[in-house]
Amino acid sequence: MSGIYKPLIIGLGVVSVVLCIWIVHKLRILEAQPVFGSIEPFSLIAYLFWLTKEIGKADWAVTKVILSPDIPDDQRLIAVPTRQKTDFGRMIFANSITITPGTITVETEEDRFIVHALNKAAADQESLGDMNDRVAATEWKARAGGEL
Amino acid sequence: MQSFVVDILSWACMLSGGFFLLVGALGTIRLPDFWSRLHAVSIIDSAGAGLILLGLMLQAGLTLIMVKLVIIVIFLMITGPTASHAVANAAFVSGSRPRNMVEDVTEETSVSPEAKA
Repeated sequence: MSGIYKPLIIGLGVVSVVLCIWIVHKLRILEAQPVFGSIEPFSLIAYLFWLTKEIGKADWAVTKVILSPDIPDDQRLIAVPTRQKTDFGRMIFANSITITPGTITVETEEDRFIVHALNKAAADQESLGDMNDRVAATEWKARAGGEL
Repeated sequence: MQSFVVDILSWACMLSGGFFLLVGALGTIRLPDFWSRLHAVSIIDSAGAGLILLGLMLQAGLTLIMVKLVIIVIFLMITGPTASHAVANAAFVSGSRPRNMVEDVTEETSVSPEAKA
């Protein structure tokens, strides 16, 4: 990527790749569900554009909270049911919640997430449900409805 | 003329990114407790870093540097929330709870009364 192809640079790259693969192999996380094939790439890209818009809105909302003279103090822990069928879909949804300012996924359970919300507006179940549906819609239908 | 417009856009992106970094830093100081401060950090993650990298991309144009910046954005978008979640989960498991909670679904399943205090 840097346009430099000296043996030392390439060698360091090869060593770090081998090291990563070795660690992943030691951790035994490769037996989990396959990532590829659990999501439709194009609808995922469309979802990411929608998510960027949502992040922008939430950024502005939290900025207003921080800059307001009296900081409202009404935090809450809420349960969000998950509608995704695949592990990868759940991962996308959990990370989407966390990257949106105002909400953080705290704990994952079998069929719901526990989410910490900064205030009442951030804890809006309807917008979270909307995100939930959109992530579920990006999953590969044939796989999601089948054996998974 | 065109490069002038691109310059203006990239400066606007980088300046507003810097603004959000400041807001995030201010938030980590002003907000009342650990849990709400996490939200200020997530502003830095998404708006601050994202807008500055977008501004840099506009400066770079369609070059190899642009590809690298896109890869940096992708990695940040995955690792940022994962790290936030790891910190929040560690606090949750060790029994810490936000102060002044309005609503708490975990009250019936919380770890132990001693850990909550």
